[in-house]
Amino acid sequence: MSLLQLDGVSLRFGGLTAVREVSVAVPQGEIFAIIGPNGAGKTSLFNIITRVFAPSAGRVLVAGQDITVVPRHHVVRHGIARTFQNIELFDAATVLQNLLLGRHRFPHGGFAAQFAWAPAVRRAEIASRAAVERIIDRLELSAYRNAPVGGLPYGVRKVVELGRALATEPRLLLLDEPASGLNPEETRDLAFWLEDIRAELGITVVMVEHDMSLVSAVADRVMCMSMGEVLAIGSPADVQADPAVIAAYLGT
Amino acid sequence: MRFSYDTSYADAQRLLRHWPGRIAYAVLAAVLLAGPLVLPKFFIGEAAATFIACIMALGLMVLTGFTGQVSLGHAAFVAIGAYAEIGLLDAGLPFPLALSLAGAIAGAAGLLIGLPAIRVSGLYLAMVTLAFALVVEQAVGRWKSVTGGYDGAQVPDALLFGANIGGLVPFYYVCLAVLVLVLLALINLTRGYVGRAFVGIRDSEAAAHALGIWVSGYKVLAFGISAAITGLGGALLAHQVQYVTPDVFSLNLSMQLVLMVVVGGLGSLRGAVLGAVLIGLLPTAISRLKAALPSVAAAQFGLDTFIFGLVLAGFVLFEPSGLNGRWIKLRTFFEAFPLYRRRTFVRGKAYASSERHR
Repeated sequence: MSLLQLDGVSLRFGGLTAVREVSVAVPQGEIFAIIGPNGAGKTSLFNIITRVFAPSAGRVLVAGQDITVVPRHHVVRHGIARTFQNIELFDAATVLQNLLLGRHRFPHGGFAAQFAWAPAVRRAEIASRAAVERIIDRLELSAYRNAPVGGLPYGVRKVVELGRALATEPRLLLLDEPASGLNPEETRDLAFWLEDIRAELGITVVMVEHDMSLVSAVADRVMCMSMGEVLAIGSPADVQADPAVIAAYLGT
Repeated sequence: MRFSYDTSYADAQRLLRHWPGRIAYAVLAAVLLAGPLVLPKFFIGEAAATFIACIMALGLMVLTGFTGQVSLGHAAFVAIGAYAEIGLLDAGLPFPLALSLAGAIAGAAGLLIGLPAIRVSGLYLAMVTLAFALVVEQAVGRWKSVTGGYDGAQVPDALLFGANIGGLVPFYYVCLAVLVLVLLALINLTRGYVGRAFVGIRDSEAAAHALGIWVSGYKVLAFGISAAITGLGGALLAHQVQYVTPDVFSLNLSMQLVLMVVVGGLGSLRGAVLGAVLIGLLPTAISRLKAALPSVAAAQFGLDTFIFGLVLAGFVLFEPSGLNGRWIKLRTFFEAFPLYRRRTFVRGKAYASSERHR
């Protein structure tokens, strides 16, 4: 069974159709890339899956469960984590606190117990910290652990956001342009981590990405969108050679 | 430089992990406990009033500093706490129970006003809370059967185990104890998941949603907790002033509370306390200053307002992170001596997007 399945998903804002009848299935363990010119509806698709927008038509199934009926803040409980195109971190907080916020969906030892910092709260905090430290090790963030995120370089902030998404222990990771603004070395690190995340954590990755070197290197399949419609789905090489895709990028 | 060598994650949770801090707080505790024994009467009363201001400012800090929701109407919750305290004591409840219930009632009012308030943010939220404060001020003035109206209401004596603790010295210790309890509770709250969720909502709502934080729920919760603590301060304030009239809870009080959290430094509990101490003691300092000024200046109408404004403008211009920011710089100076660099605290503006929303 596919982990993520879109059935005829459309999104209309008044007369504007941002996404038109997109149907695609992403199997468990795949790295799936979405490419397309600006305004193609790639981020809108992410926003539908994470319930920022309700689709005008169609269904979104995650592991067989219809996600379009779930409240926005419960999406993460279904194992969906995402990053944002323009980094959305908690700037005044430290890297550690940002990653700990990724643990919000896990038990914390009760609300009233918080005020007294009861033993249950202490244990939960230690468990969260341990989980977060594993991510810090994996993504090599230890040098920045206690630094406020607002002052960190762009590349590091991108990695922190990836780490925060991983801290939610997702099954499905949605990355919105993870390599934008990264230098070639950072992009290579990212490719390495993506392979790792898939192989060791068994996480399915769906990413919107413009950097074709990254897409070719890690993606199993690529979907190209333009004007809200799917132009082609297939291996990176096939999609890049597709006449409709070339036309969308270069004009006819 | 000082480094923390934690050997377990439990180590990292402990408060006051280093000896200089422990000594400093031990000295502070000793001074506060011994204070009433040596201070003149006037200053004991001033200190108790300052503790109450600290409690009220801590309440507002939860809302404005941590969750990023500006409230220009927190005097309303002070009023609700104060009149609830009077009503409950009149009904014959014992002081500790009445105090907690007064806080709870103010908290419930906070939840109620929080429900519509989460639909708006920023300047609009400020207007909603301002309107709420004006409504409460009017209601308190006109609802004579409950509040005594503009004639005011006598506050019953506070009895603890049969002893009157409304006296100057016992009341000082009551206020201190409540302040310490509130402070400890808030320290614990803000370092746990609730506090992190508050900060998350303040800095990026989009990300907060995606991480599973129920944004509107936490906003209302912040309103409730904030109002409860401020109401607790209001209940104590009733005992402090002993005779409550509606003009105690004017817009002026709301503005002073906002001034305290801004001058103290948004997003820090220490800031709320420091800000409340500075702003709380300013009127006394000004009146002392007047004696030293030439009579032309001292007799000027609006000197107090002028100095309040000057302090606020000074902080916004020269130390936006408030007294807490100044404190951290000072502490870093001594910790890093002689290697302190001013540039340590010069932050890149490029990514400081969260500042915009405050």
